[in-house]
Amino acid sequence: METLKFDLDTKPLREINQFLHGDADTLNGKKVVIENPNGAHSLAVGLKADVDVTIKGHSGYYAAGMNQLAKVTIEGSAGSGVGENMMSGVVHVKGFASNAAGATANGGLLIIDGDAGLRCGIALKGADIVIGGSVGSFSAFMAQAGNMVILGDAGEGLGDSIYEAKLFVRGKVKSLGADCEEKTMNAEDKQILADLLKKSGHANVSPDSFKQYGSARTLYHFHVDNAGAY
Amino acid sequence: MCGIVGLLVKNPKMRDSIGELMLPMLIGMTERGPDSAGMAMFTAPVAADSRKFSLFSGTSDFNWTKLGHDFEKHLSVKAKVEPKENHAVLTTTLEPATVKMWLKEHYPQLHLLSVGQLMDIYKDVGTPAQVADRYDFKNFKGTHLVGHTRMATESAVTPAHAHPFTAGEDWCLVHNGSLSNAHSLRRKLEKEGIEFETDNDTEAACRFLQWRMREGDDLKTALNHGFEELDGFYTLLMGTSTELALVRDPYGCKPAIIAEHDDYVAIASEFRSLAHLPDIKNAKVFEPSPKEMYVWKL
Repeated sequence: METLKFDLDTKPLREINQFLHGDADTLNGKKVVIENPNGAHSLAVGLKADVDVTIKGHSGYYAAGMNQLAKVTIEGSAGSGVGENMMSGVVHVKGFASNAAGATANGGLLIIDGDAGLRCGIALKGADIVIGGSVGSFSAFMAQAGNMVILGDAGEGLGDSIYEAKLFVRGKVKSLGADCEEKTMNAEDKQILADLLKKSGHANVSPDSFKQYGSARTLYHFHVDNAGAY
Repeated sequence: MCGIVGLLVKNPKMRDSIGELMLPMLIGMTERGPDSAGMAMFTAPVAADSRKFSLFSGTSDFNWTKLGHDFEKHLSVKAKVEPKENHAVLTTTLEPATVKMWLKEHYPQLHLLSVGQLMDIYKDVGTPAQVADRYDFKNFKGTHLVGHTRMATESAVTPAHAHPFTAGEDWCLVHNGSLSNAHSLRRKLEKEGIEFETDNDTEAACRFLQWRMREGDDLKTALNHGFEELDGFYTLLMGTSTELALVRDPYGCKPAIIAEHDDYVAIASEFRSLAHLPDIKNAKVFEPSPKEMYVWKL
């Protein structure tokens, strides 16, 4: 595989992102390494090709946002909004991720090896997120579809006003948000969890050590008794 | 927005270059705060019977030499005045109340930015690079510092509205965020006899903590009261004679990142302000949890 190296110490970010936005046919199958990211914002945002990008350090805000097809690996930590609104592909953060990781993500897989900050997976729309550590408060707020696997603990208000996303937590949940409740894990759900654990490098972790949470579905259907509130 | 930076140098050999280490941190936060910048620097202490008074004149043609002469003549006491453009540090053995009264009477146009044995404050409008250049931040020598880059959202862009603010001797605070109940806090605190210098929301937070500590709270208890009464978003970084302290609001709306290294502790709003620090690869880099108080001692 051909490897192209970019050094952010000597090349402007715009030049690197413009290269990554080039013709998909020429980018497919290429390997790109970005050196000295030093916390720069908007690294590898909006990719639309099957390209493998490695960021050799810490990224700033919105890294790999809106990702399609590409595999983006961040070897350090990620600032706010990593993988936000991603559509497909894989985004892998080897360190920790700040707030709103994977916000509104539609598809693909976001793997965070460390902890994630507050509001992880807020308004999740179909992507899968696996967090090796713990997540902060208000995670999976209004999550509509997709799966979130948390190997550590969850903060306050997990899954507040959740729709049909599935949440799997191995550790403690400080508190559940409104209309989020513990579910019984059926065979199909267990399979989803086992597959995600395997895909994210946690094949040795047993799905049986998780509890599942989801929507009690009392908030998102109109209830005639609440008519006076509208 | 706004950017905050803090640096506490544990390795005594590096303390003479604290200014050089800090400068890229402050400039790295320019996009977060391009309209003003400020710095509280903790240096070696003055003599035990003395205090430093950081003064701001607003104009660069201010006659600091005359101020020194007038001060010594009127009050029959020795005073050292070290000017830097429109700022000066006045060192004297007189009590703060006496100095304040004298300044108010003879130089009412001067702002008293801080009082203490270690802390000097410089703050002004301009980009962080311009302000740093104006006051020679690069050549600061000392143990720890607290800096700020401001993007004003709720009150005027003037040197007095820039951060840091102080709430006591050798005590300062910078803020990233906004408070929605600053005016009601102010009305409450004024009734308690707390005096305000500006209409800035950060000053309200600063005066609130000053009031709590006057009422006997230690910093931790004062901040716990702050969680209940400060309505808004904030990351607050505070400096005292021996420590730096950091707290984020319960919703973690405003960022902060910390690098702990054997030689130093560095704090900034974003990692890009820490990236240049020596041996940063071996530092423990982490994000502070909301509603938790972090303290680093010298």
